[in-house]
Amino acid sequence: MSAKAVKKLQSVLGDAILETTNFRGDEEVRVALKDWVRIAEVLRDDPDLAMDHFTDLTAVDWPEREMEGQPRFDVLFAVRSLSKRHRIRVKVYVKDGEEVPTLCGVWAGANWAEREVFDMFGIRFAGHRDLRRILLYEEFEGYPLRKDYPIDRVQPLVEYRDVDDTLKLPPFGIEEGQPFARVDWEERLAGRDEQVSPSIGLQQGQRRALSDSEIAETQFTKKAEETAAE
Amino acid sequence: MEPADEILEEEDAALEIPADPMRLNMGPSHPAMHGTIRMVLDLDGETVMNVDVQPGYLHRGFEKSCERGTWSQVFPYVDRLNYVSPMLNNVGFALAVEKLLDVKVPDRGQYYRVILGELARICDHFTCNGASAMELGAFTPFLWLLKVRDWIWDILEKETGARMTHSFGRIGGMAAPPTEGFKDDVRAIMPEVRKVVGEAEALLLKNRIFLDRMEGVGKLSKERALALGVTGPVLRSTGVAYDVRKDHPYLVYDRFDFDVPVGTDGDNWDRFMVRTEEIRQSLRIIEQALEQMPDEGPVSIDDPRIMLPEKREVYSTIEATIAHFKLVMEGLKAPKGAVYSFTEGGNGELGFYIVSDGSGTPYRVRVRPPCWFNLQAAREMIMGDMIADIIPTFGSVNMIGGECDR
Repeated sequence: MSAKAVKKLQSVLGDAILETTNFRGDEEVRVALKDWVRIAEVLRDDPDLAMDHFTDLTAVDWPEREMEGQPRFDVLFAVRSLSKRHRIRVKVYVKDGEEVPTLCGVWAGANWAEREVFDMFGIRFAGHRDLRRILLYEEFEGYPLRKDYPIDRVQPLVEYRDVDDTLKLPPFGIEEGQPFARVDWEERLAGRDEQVSPSIGLQQGQRRALSDSEIAETQFTKKAEETAAE
Repeated sequence: MEPADEILEEEDAALEIPADPMRLNMGPSHPAMHGTIRMVLDLDGETVMNVDVQPGYLHRGFEKSCERGTWSQVFPYVDRLNYVSPMLNNVGFALAVEKLLDVKVPDRGQYYRVILGELARICDHFTCNGASAMELGAFTPFLWLLKVRDWIWDILEKETGARMTHSFGRIGGMAAPPTEGFKDDVRAIMPEVRKVVGEAEALLLKNRIFLDRMEGVGKLSKERALALGVTGPVLRSTGVAYDVRKDHPYLVYDRFDFDVPVGTDGDNWDRFMVRTEEIRQSLRIIEQALEQMPDEGPVSIDDPRIMLPEKREVYSTIEATIAHFKLVMEGLKAPKGAVYSFTEGGNGELGFYIVSDGSGTPYRVRVRPPCWFNLQAAREMIMGDMIADIIPTFGSVNMIGGECDR
């Protein structure tokens, strides 16, 4: 990481750099969404920066920030320069539903990384030619790395399988999978949760037991009702 | 039937086979697609005109799972990323959290990590080279190379208690100090390993079949490799001398004298040779590390907020009991912030982008899997080659499903 690169970037782009941080030696700059591709092109083409080696592109979900009226996601990419040996991370705030312009035209490596971010967070990339789910399958419901996606959520069966009584044969049984988490995001986003340790929260009646799969059960009853109605 | 040369020229057209491109599914359960990858191929005859590489069949939600426990509970998961060299992942993750905490492991622990990590790297390269050769019909080198892997695993088993998924790294050190005789054990196998590398080379390097299928096949250019984010042996085979151990030294890699082997063409042959040479360089590093590693002293930092106290003390003193309880129940309290830490894994730059919100639970753990970007480049390596060339090309990319799909 290099402070020189950030200085150079500031001199070239000026006001476009909204914020710079240097936590533990990791240089990070934040830009507005409209400058996203421009900064990438400057990073790649400026001879003093020469960031030709694409490293990573990912996102972080901050649902609590959205409640304060700020954009929900951080989308960030990291690049390095082969000749100069410096690195930089560029961050942008993205609202839920907002499209980020694709970086595939700048570094070809952004292709799969952007597909993964779309797959996991549901952030769409404008101009991406092949924005399909990559790790999960087309029928997958929801975006798993969002904080409001419960870890023990049961996915519905995919249509193709011709099984009569699907309720008896969930792909991952209700009590299977990972029944606990230290933070219950559903409760936390509803503003009911201050506890970190689930067992203490449970003892004091502050939260439901994290190991029970209420979501799975509601799905189960809903499906049962639907079948009954039919 | 009349002989072919007697067929009149006008009739030639009628004899031509219709040349529509054929769509073929390769994988996900195909013997050569180890790691469950699906490739949808558009073929013109035997030439690959287009390919859609589809990962994801081994996705287990690593990143989501990390967000539910403590920082230390991530270790068993990282073991299962690149399960061919789990020690490198262990150390990589430990270094990331240590960067967040801003602590440094004592010298002895650093050397210990280097030696175990390099042993794991040798395993990784041996497995890749052996499997590549086996898929081309050379079964003997595979067995010979895996024989070495077994010797190394014996050492790792003695040190960590497990042959494959060690979970031996700790934030702030290692789970246990080196066993007595660790140095002698490693020194004992070094000449043997070196011998086997030579033997495997002797078996393969002058083999016509092997040469034909490796040389000039699956080429990748330097510029494309960089833009695609390729790292590790695949990048080095294109002629870029980028090795995290050399360019951004971590642990004590700046104290060793070793070379970074590079190729020229970025074909299968170069990738094979880069890995072979890296095994030799790893042996050099291990030799120097064994020389320099102190025999006495702690391997872990002495801080009850980070490292678990010794079991003996937990059972006999109240301070240790409390420290143990706090660490297990609340978890390590990492300061608020985000860091990106990267090490040289078996396949390239293994990065961890970790975000902490100040509680004992990781807020976000992003792994930058080297395989992910290497596999992305595989499309360009495969396109234009014959369908049979996919097997050595895919083999030399060394896609590890656990790491790629997470």
